[in-house]
Amino acid sequence: MHAIEKMLARAAGKEFVTAGEIINCSIDFLELNDLYLQVVKSFYEMGGERVWDPEKAAFVFDHYSPAPTIRTAQIHKEMREFAEKQGFSHHFDINKGVCHQVMPEAGIVRPGMILVATDSHTTTHGAFGAFGTGIGATDAACVLISGELWFRVPEVMKITVTGTTADNVHAKDVILNIIGNLKADAAVYQAVEFTGDYIESIGVADRMTICNMAVEMGAKTAYMKPNRAVLDYVESRYGYNYVLDETDTGFEYCREEFFDISDLKPQIACPSSVDNVFPVDEVEPVKIHQAFIGSCTGGRLEDIGAAAEILKGRRIADSVRMVVIPASMEVFSKAVSKGYVQILIEAGATFNAPGCGPCLGTHAGILAKGENCVSSTNRNFPGRMGSTEAGIYLASPALVAYSAYKGCLSDPRLSREDSK
Amino acid sequence: MKTDFTGTAHLFGKNIDTDQIYPGRYLELVKPEEISKHCLEGADPDFASKAKPGDIVIAGTNFGCGSSREHAAITLKSSDVGVVVAESFARIFYRNAINLSLPLIVCKGISKSVRNGDIVRVDLESGRIENLSTLEVFYGERLTEYAMYILKNGGIKNIFREKSADRKQ
Repeated sequence: MHAIEKMLARAAGKEFVTAGEIINCSIDFLELNDLYLQVVKSFYEMGGERVWDPEKAAFVFDHYSPAPTIRTAQIHKEMREFAEKQGFSHHFDINKGVCHQVMPEAGIVRPGMILVATDSHTTTHGAFGAFGTGIGATDAACVLISGELWFRVPEVMKITVTGTTADNVHAKDVILNIIGNLKADAAVYQAVEFTGDYIESIGVADRMTICNMAVEMGAKTAYMKPNRAVLDYVESRYGYNYVLDETDTGFEYCREEFFDISDLKPQIACPSSVDNVFPVDEVEPVKIHQAFIGSCTGGRLEDIGAAAEILKGRRIADSVRMVVIPASMEVFSKAVSKGYVQILIEAGATFNAPGCGPCLGTHAGILAKGENCVSSTNRNFPGRMGSTEAGIYLASPALVAYSAYKGCLSDPRLSREDSK
Repeated sequence: MKTDFTGTAHLFGKNIDTDQIYPGRYLELVKPEEISKHCLEGADPDFASKAKPGDIVIAGTNFGCGSSREHAAITLKSSDVGVVVAESFARIFYRNAINLSLPLIVCKGISKSVRNGDIVRVDLESGRIENLSTLEVFYGERLTEYAMYILKNGGIKNIFREKSADRKQ
């Protein structure tokens, strides 16, 4: 069996599972974000009274944080009341950050666990060797009542990534390149395992970025065998009581793909699909109006650090506004300590409170008709960040920062030679 | 719940994502009648005004990709779309649709054989899909037994509600 199958089998109380089988799994943690008050409504509509385990469920206020409208303030209010009434032991209010960042930070995520959340980017937790998958509000309400959820055991695709990236080429470029090659529906209903010497060599943040975007190929979940960096992170925050599942030798993958990223150039996903990917030198230097660093994909300390390195001692172009939203308050605090925030403020950036921000077009940097945004986020669908007539270009934080400086889409590899 | 549908086809392409089905800026709405006003707005701004109850949405591969927002299934359901036929569905959308009792079926090649405005008949039980305008017949992938059970019960909530009532007795 694959490591993923072993996790699912354990959660279903079975010795053995195979791809295609429908199984009922007990859930180790349910994370609820602030988009779906429907979860609470459905819980009561279905006859729920007490949640199955108040230590295994939590709200994270991130998509509407802090509340931008009266309606969303009401959603937060009712969720706080529900959490208090049910005695939730974890609660992440507006001062914490994006769900997929704050869950590992809080020591909840560990290898071998089954984690579901009302957010499609729950694949992020494959970086920790966990089974993470997104669910809808009604499924979440079912979990709140029963602590269980049915799954179809997925086939597993293996993507081997080898080589080392060049200067100013990042994990974001690697995953954009993979999605651009394999396309947005490559892994629908399948799990994706990332492996190879590149994956073994990278740290927690880069692993999270890659697993995060696996859902943009349709993946149900992502998986990376934990390396020492991941285990150090987990052990310092969660502890040692976790299970490391090993994939059996001879396991048959449904598909295998290989990527050598040694010569990879910075990548850009052009409007309006995540698989519409080109190397930077094949994309017109489109004039940009907004540059955004943030989200569960590109708002970690390393991302803000990459932007600060590019913009140190520089000013962004007068025609550009640059929005930076740290993925969590912990990230924000560390970015202050390291001096990144000061560098970016001096470069002309605007900081917003940790959360999802404009990534999904609800607040904190919405785009007008005819505007272009270069963004370290995960989706560029029409209307994703505001007007359906705005263009979104997805790229690494380094490319976002260098483009903000130049005023148009630009290759961050030229940053060093460029006179400061 | 009925399992046989006849209606006018509305044709969409591949990778119709949840931001096109239901833009994020309307996620704070909670009433189905408000949510239905923005159905497929990002792909066809006129869809909500021109669609009639029982109309059929036909699409290419990966329909419903993107976010986990249940509003995407709610807006189609509350717009009285009869059934969604696509070459494939994104996983979370598919689960949400079944849970909310929005009928859907996978049928390879369908988006190349139906034009906007064709009259289409879909039988979920047999998987038979007929384009009544061209008389072409297709067979989609029949739903699993468990998915059909949820659909026929009008959604997962009804099933849980009965279970909760049983436990209390």
